[in-house]
Amino acid sequence: MAVKVMIPTPLRPYAGRQASVSVEAQTVGEALDALTGQFADLRRHLYADGGRLRSFVNVYLNQEDVRNLQKDQTPLRDGDTISIVPSIAGGRSC
Amino acid sequence: MLKLSEELAERIRAHAAQSYPYECCGAMLGTEAAGARLVKELVMLDNQREDSPRNRFLVHPADVLRVERAAQAQGLDLVGWYHSHPDAPPRPSEFDREHAWPWYSYVIVAVEAGVPRRMASWRLLDDRSRFDDEEIGSDLMTVG
Repeated sequence: MAVKVMIPTPLRPYAGRQASVSVEAQTVGEALDALTGQFADLRRHLYADGGRLRSFVNVYLNQEDVRNLQKDQTPLRDGDTISIVPSIAGGRSC
Repeated sequence: MLKLSEELAERIRAHAAQSYPYECCGAMLGTEAAGARLVKELVMLDNQREDSPRNRFLVHPADVLRVERAAQAQGLDLVGWYHSHPDAPPRPSEFDREHAWPWYSYVIVAVEAGVPRRMASWRLLDDRSRFDDEEIGSDLMTVG
């Protein structure tokens, strides 16, 4: 399936300065693998040590958070759009 | 350099004082040209962290998307975020570093006993190892 991955502004320097990248994939996980395979520098900003998606990084398939679908196993259809959206979190030391 | 007019800086300080002893948070919309980042508008947001709002803040992704769309509609970029550190210095914590991306400007204002104090801006390095201090300028001739 050909799908489009929307790249948020802060991560565009690590994705050839593109606002979106087209990849071929059957699932959301495969699409992110294809993206980070093409642009390896994206990995450290999306994944924590151990390969899990960072807790503040959210992935949407069209308008739906994939955590509410089948997470990285969520199947894709031709023309789908995947968006990477951060939660903004922080705070002083305890 | 982050160019932030005194008027906008004062609005951040007021939001921080009003939210004390909780952390406040908001978005900064603006433009970037020739290495200078100019903040043109603020979007004050509610801290969604209900369990520990004294030392944490949270902006849900739906609010991030809403703010991004608002920026695009005005021909602006979402250039960064601000939050307060009640009774703590305006330095990013380890928690801040773990939850940051490069490129964004992260403005932090210290609030001591309800009174806003020093404000600083920070940018995360590409390798995520630490933040660099980003100079804040308030040259009003370039703002507007």
